[in-house]
Amino acid sequence: MLHTVNKSPTERNALDSCLKHLTKGAAVLLIEDGVYGALKGTSTTKSVEQALKSHPIYALYPDIEARGMQDRVIDGIKLVDYNGFVDLVAEHASVQAWL
Amino acid sequence: MTEATGGIEMEEDTSGKVKKFLYVNRKAPYGTIYALESLEVVLIAAAFDQDVSLAFLDDGVYQVVKGQHTKGIDVKNFSPTYRALEGYDIEKLYVEKESMEARGLKESDFIVPMKIIGAQEMADLMLSQDVVLSF
Repeated sequence: MLHTVNKSPTERNALDSCLKHLTKGAAVLLIEDGVYGALKGTSTTKSVEQALKSHPIYALYPDIEARGMQDRVIDGIKLVDYNGFVDLVAEHASVQAWL
Repeated sequence: MTEATGGIEMEEDTSGKVKKFLYVNRKAPYGTIYALESLEVVLIAAAFDQDVSLAFLDDGVYQVVKGQHTKGIDVKNFSPTYRALEGYDIEKLYVEKESMEARGLKESDFIVPMKIIGAQEMADLMLSQDVVLSF
């Protein structure tokens, strides 16, 4: 299962809820305002780092760059472009969007 | 003053009365249209020569972060516009300290010099206004 999150973690609880529902083999892709969940030194960094120990987490780089966050991404989060987004969707049997 | 016009006198003769306007920005840029809409209204309202302040709190602090490059998402990068506000005599820009710190940001991360104030000071600023516009 690939989970996508497109809301800021300090605006909605989509990321928090997503992380609570991850099962074995699940991956997370942060897009749009969801990329604020990929940042170091924030109030939500710790829970993302915890999830990163057992699940791959990706962030869409064009969304990171648009928001000026290119130097703030948590180590271990993989950055993907739109082609990488498509590959992730193709690699996983299903996609769940946390809106 | 009328509620419908947000306190702006519509008659030609406004007797030169200047009111205090505060724009409260609480949303991140690009994910929603709020940040851009706020900026548009600020620029329009600049023509009315009022006493304007801008407040950035919660995710709104992300609007004024340096280094935004939006080519990859094919959306207009409106962040340089904050640098142009000075030219419209809009010079009172406030960032809430608590919001900034919760997002790992510091004063030097902003695109223009911001006045950093605490939540209590922000509350007082809001209280001191004639009109508060929320985005």
